[in-house]
Amino acid sequence: MIKVENLSKSFGPKLAVDGVSFEVGKGEVLGFLGPNGAGKSTTMRMITGFIPPTAGSVFVCGLDVQVDPIGVKRRIGYLPEAAPSYTDMSVMSFLRFSADMRGLQGEARRTAVRRVVELCHLESVLGQTIDTLSKGFRHRTCLAQALIHDPEVLILDEPTDGLDPNQKHEVRTLIRSMGENKAIIFSTHILEEVEAACTRAIIIDRGRIVADGAPRELAARASSGRLEDFFRSITRSDVQREAA
Amino acid sequence: MKGSWAAIRTIARRELAAYFESPVAYVFLVIFLLLAGFFTFTFGGFFERGEASLAAFFNWLPWLFLFLVPAAGMRLWSEERRLGTIELLLTMPVADWQAILAKFLASWLFLIVALALTFPMVITVNWLGDPDNGVILSGYVGAALLAGAYLAVSCMTSAFTRNQVIAFILAVLICLLLILAGFSPLTDLLARWASPWLVEGVARFSVLTHYDGFQKGVLDSRGVLYFASIMAYALFVTGVVIRSHRAG
Repeated sequence: MIKVENLSKSFGPKLAVDGVSFEVGKGEVLGFLGPNGAGKSTTMRMITGFIPPTAGSVFVCGLDVQVDPIGVKRRIGYLPEAAPSYTDMSVMSFLRFSADMRGLQGEARRTAVRRVVELCHLESVLGQTIDTLSKGFRHRTCLAQALIHDPEVLILDEPTDGLDPNQKHEVRTLIRSMGENKAIIFSTHILEEVEAACTRAIIIDRGRIVADGAPRELAARASSGRLEDFFRSITRSDVQREAA
Repeated sequence: MKGSWAAIRTIARRELAAYFESPVAYVFLVIFLLLAGFFTFTFGGFFERGEASLAAFFNWLPWLFLFLVPAAGMRLWSEERRLGTIELLLTMPVADWQAILAKFLASWLFLIVALALTFPMVITVNWLGDPDNGVILSGYVGAALLAGAYLAVSCMTSAFTRNQVIAFILAVLICLLLILAGFSPLTDLLARWASPWLVEGVARFSVLTHYDGFQKGVLDSRGVLYFASIMAYALFVTGVVIRSHRAG
C-alpha cells in the first residue's frame, strides 16, 4: 500500500534522506527507528506529501504523491511530530473541523467523532480548549484527528512521545490492533515499542536504511540477542558523528 | 469543484471562529470603532465641514487600516508555522491555494464586518443632513477593497516568518509604500524636480489614487482591477513562499 522508491531529500548541501526504498503492505506495522536527525521525519513528510522529494517517488495505494497529492492525502492519516493542533479550539470543534476537512458530514461525522473519542479516550475533555490540556491529552487529540476518516494508511511520527507508561501501552495496543487491516508506519526511539507493536522494523541512519527485518530477527543479529545492542552496533551517535 | 469550495468553507469557518473564540476579534473591533470615531469627529472635522458626507471618516481610513489590517492579518500563516499546524493543514486533502484563499477570505470577511459596524455614522449623517448615499456606498466598496489589498500583503509577510511582530512590521512598511506613492504632500514634493509623467506614473501605483476615486462616488473598474491585482499578486507570492519553505 505504501511504496517508496529511491527517495532522496537534500536541504541545501545537506543530504537528509539518501536513496531510501521500502514497501509496506496491508496488515503490516512498520517501526521506523534511527538516531535523531537520521531522516525519519523527513521521509514521513515526503510520504504524506508535506514536502516534495528531491529525487525518487512515493506511491500510496497506487497513487503517486507527486501526481495526485490530494488523492494520497485523502487515504492517509498523519500524526506529525510533536502532535500540533489548533490550541485555541476545543477538542470537540477540532475533531469536527478535521472531520469536515475529510468530507464527513451529518451522521457520518457524528459517528466518526464518537468513534475516535472512544478510541483515544477523550470523553472527559471534549469541551475543553486544547490549550488547557495535558501533553498526553493533546497528543491523543492529534492522534484522534489522524484516525477520524478511518484511513487505509497511517503515518505516525513518534506517537508515544511524551506519554506516561500507561498511555504508551494503550497507544501501542491501539496501533497493533489497527495494524491488522491497515498499513502503518510509526517512528519511535523506544526499542521495546518496536518489539511490542511492529511486524517489521527499519533502522535508518544518516538518511540511509541500514537494517530491515522483523524485530526479532534484527535482535538476533546482535550477539546478546537484544535489539538495543544491534541498534547501537549499526548506528552512530551525535558524538561519534561529530568526531568522524 | 464542489469539493474544493467545501474545503475552503471549512477552513474559512475555522479561521473566523479563531478570531471570535479569542479576545482578538473584540479587542480589534473596539479599537477600530473607537479610533474611527475619534479620527472622524476630531481630526476629520466631521461637523466643521458643513457638508453631509462621510469624507471625514473615509479620509482617515487608509491610515487607520495601515496599522489595524496588518494586526488582523499577521497571525494568518506565522501562527500556523509557529504551532506546526501548517503540517496538519497541508497534509489534509486540500491544495495550498485553497488554504491560502480560505484564510484570506475569512479575515477579509472579518474586516468587512468591522467596516459594517461603522453603520451608526451613516445613520448620523443621514439624520443630520441629506447626504449622497451612493457616494457613501462606493466609499465603503473602496474601503473594503483597500482592506483586502492590505490584508493580502499581510498574508504574504506572515508567510515569510513565524514571528508575528516581524510579519506585522513588514506589512506596515509595504502598505505604507503603497500609500506614499500617491500621498499628495509627497507627490507635490516630487513634482518639483521630476517630470510630471513620472510623478503620475508612480502615483498610479498608489492605493490612495484608486481609493480616492471610490470616495468621489466613482465605481471605477480600473480601481477594482487595481485592488484585485494587488490581492492576487500578494496571495500568489504567499503560495510561492509557503511552497519554498517546504521544499527546503
